[in-house]
Amino acid sequence: MSAAPSPVLEIENLAIALPGGGDRSRAVDGVSFTVARGEIVCVVGESGSGKSVTAFSVMGLLAKVLKPVAGAIRLNGEDVLTASPQRLRALRGDRMAMIFQEPMTALNPVLTVGDQIEEVLRIHTDLGAKERRAKVLAMLDAMHLPDPERMHASYPHQLSGGQRQRVMIAAALILDPALLIADEPTTALDVTTQAQILKLIREMQERRGTGVLFITHDFGVVAEIADRVVVMQRGRVVEQGPAAQVLERPQHPYTKMLIGAVPTMTPARRPPVTGALALETASLEKTYRSGGLFKTERVVHAAADVALRIRRGETVGIVGESGSGKSTVARCIARLIAPSRGQIMVGDRDIARLPERRLRPMRRKIQVVFQDPFRSLNPRRTVGASIIEGPMNFGTSPEAATAKARELMGLVGLDPSALARYPHQFSGGQRQRIALARALAMEPEILIADEAVSALDVSVQRQVLALLDDVQRRFDLAILFITHDLRVAAQICDRLIVMQRGRIVEEGPTAEVFARPSAAYTRALIEAAPGREFGRGEHLPEAASA
Amino acid sequence: MAGYILRRLLAAIPVLAIVAVLVFLMLRLTPGDPAAVIAGDNASSEQIAQVRQKLGLDQSLPAQFAIWIGNLLHGNLGESFFFKKSIGELILGRIEPTLSLAAATMLIAVCVAIPLGVVAAYRHGSWLDRIVMGMSVLGFSVPVFVIGYLLIYVFSITLGWFPVQGYQPLSAGLGGYLHRLVLPAVTLSVVYIALIARMTRASVLEVLNEDYIRTARAKGQVERKILFRHALKNAAVPIVTVVGIGIALLIGGVVVTESVFAIPGLGRLTVDAVLARDYPTIQALILMFSGVYVLINLLIDLTYSLFDPRIRH
Repeated sequence: MSAAPSPVLEIENLAIALPGGGDRSRAVDGVSFTVARGEIVCVVGESGSGKSVTAFSVMGLLAKVLKPVAGAIRLNGEDVLTASPQRLRALRGDRMAMIFQEPMTALNPVLTVGDQIEEVLRIHTDLGAKERRAKVLAMLDAMHLPDPERMHASYPHQLSGGQRQRVMIAAALILDPALLIADEPTTALDVTTQAQILKLIREMQERRGTGVLFITHDFGVVAEIADRVVVMQRGRVVEQGPAAQVLERPQHPYTKMLIGAVPTMTPARRPPVTGALALETASLEKTYRSGGLFKTERVVHAAADVALRIRRGETVGIVGESGSGKSTVARCIARLIAPSRGQIMVGDRDIARLPERRLRPMRRKIQVVFQDPFRSLNPRRTVGASIIEGPMNFGTSPEAATAKARELMGLVGLDPSALARYPHQFSGGQRQRIALARALAMEPEILIADEAVSALDVSVQRQVLALLDDVQRRFDLAILFITHDLRVAAQICDRLIVMQRGRIVEEGPTAEVFARPSAAYTRALIEAAPGREFGRGEHLPEAASA
Repeated sequence: MAGYILRRLLAAIPVLAIVAVLVFLMLRLTPGDPAAVIAGDNASSEQIAQVRQKLGLDQSLPAQFAIWIGNLLHGNLGESFFFKKSIGELILGRIEPTLSLAAATMLIAVCVAIPLGVVAAYRHGSWLDRIVMGMSVLGFSVPVFVIGYLLIYVFSITLGWFPVQGYQPLSAGLGGYLHRLVLPAVTLSVVYIALIARMTRASVLEVLNEDYIRTARAKGQVERKILFRHALKNAAVPIVTVVGIGIALLIGGVVVTESVFAIPGLGRLTVDAVLARDYPTIQALILMFSGVYVLINLLIDLTYSLFDPRIRH
């Protein structure tokens, strides 16, 4: 198991106790693996597998309720579990460093970027102000950040997500630590940015010989970057080995299941859908203006000249990166925001400019399932109350609405008795099923799924996608599927619309767009998808047969 | 930034204009006749009428208002009916005690409350946290005059450390000035300590859960610096708001404290002017207070941008 004679990191038989009341007594148990100098080890697993707990225990940053109860974590031979708090502080930032999932929140918003990188030097070195500044500027330059001088004086909110993650990496690597821990560092980034950050980590690690412990849930990323892979399930290591071996010949059933659940990048050929036209937009536009009397006006075209059509029974995907306007379009169509211009035809009525009073009867025809299942359900109301509220607003009696809700719970694969429970008692995947049942209770014609599976683990994602496919056929739904994830889009969409900077740059049948992308941006998106050649997941059975 | 300040100051003009009209009308519409008060109990109706004419109170309301505003625009606050002095001088003579008391109070409150709040947040759930929060409920609940007389009883009468009452101007020596300021300032600061400590605790507690605090720990930063360098500055906006509101409330609070400790400040002047129906003085004082409120609000907003670059840009 030891890949090199003297590993940078050696985790041996680590066990961490969970406070009582959890689904298991130990967050991780019997975890052993090593990271050698100059090696990237990916720890993969779904949420709750204990991969992040393992990473945080190395840094000594575990929440107070989590206590290591057995085993050892050796950094260059020194056990960090028995180290004093002072010694641990001296190691953190100097010999081991960490970057996090959310570059948006991991930097302090009220301190300059330069100040935050310099902080590491102030803590761990005696360098003077001039030397510190010079070192930070050199590091910003090595991160391929534009104009290091200006960057040094900038605040985090003035930087893009990718730039912030580069700043985090700069702060982490400035003292050449032996070990870099990366906890899902690209999960919150757009694919093209993700590809650049992965390349940067690879480049730095090769140049400096850093050992990297890379936590991820994404097998595409693993295929892209890992030397070795450790697969974790429910707090235990179920399989580990060289990346090629684990990815190509997985031994453990859990690994096989995970890899099998990764959607393929090759979409199935789907016959064109010929149902009645459910929705059509023409020259749809959303413009934001800021400034006013005393300031120069700033105009942002969040969406411009968007024309799309969806038929009953058809799934149309809108893909694009953050800021592409895909969510703006969805929100305009659902009339959660008012479009600035253009038409939104539902059947033969234009709802683009209907006043709220006349819009209300139309609202039940268009329903939305949002991205974050943890925030889209009211935590203080029972699931049942959330589901029946909509139909009751439209005059359905409570008894009839409840009966319908019970039926729908069964349809989305949940126990009808769960209606009396509260959202926090469900997992993410279950909540997304509830959100879908809530939308279906309105008997909509058009369903908008706004990144509806993005927050879910791959195995759960697959189930929810299959469920969407199922309800679509059952209710002859027109689905507008908003996603940043090409793999997911390839799975479920009949037609694909690619958006960039508020405009449609390409559209066509999904298989066509993947096979012969015509826009340069589409090609860039496809190329940036991590582990492009990887993913032998089967097509959804329903999709394949359709 | 200069343009912003100018815009805010211009926006204050209509506010002050409305206050001026309301104050003027309210005083005229409440019962009681200043001329009768000034002329004395034994004055004949002719004498009262004479006084009224001298004060200009025999003219129509719009005419009175026009005269007052005209004088104001020339920087003339008018003449006090009761003190027979220019109101500008009157306020100037009373402003030092009030400003001293307000500044000392806020200084004590901020210096005590913010560390207490930060420590309570850091050790949240501990006995220390519970004591700080318990004391803060007590601080809220006990009226200012009770605390004042209690402190006088303990520190002045029993221990004899501080004088019971009175004020000594700064020009007569720093020692005596501070010596007489301590008790009233401490008295007045109690409620603000309670308020600011509570707000500091809540807002630091929220910030301590943020990702960048974890990042600071991952860099090997010590807890003290994490609290005061990373957390406090992020928690500053709500704290500044409360301190600002505190200063504004303080101006109202000095009325009671100045009475308890017999300090000849603006609070006392206000009470005396109201009792004497001294219209011009009351008008000038209220107008000045509202001007101070507007100014404090502007300062609060400017302080936000000092702490948070996202507001600055």
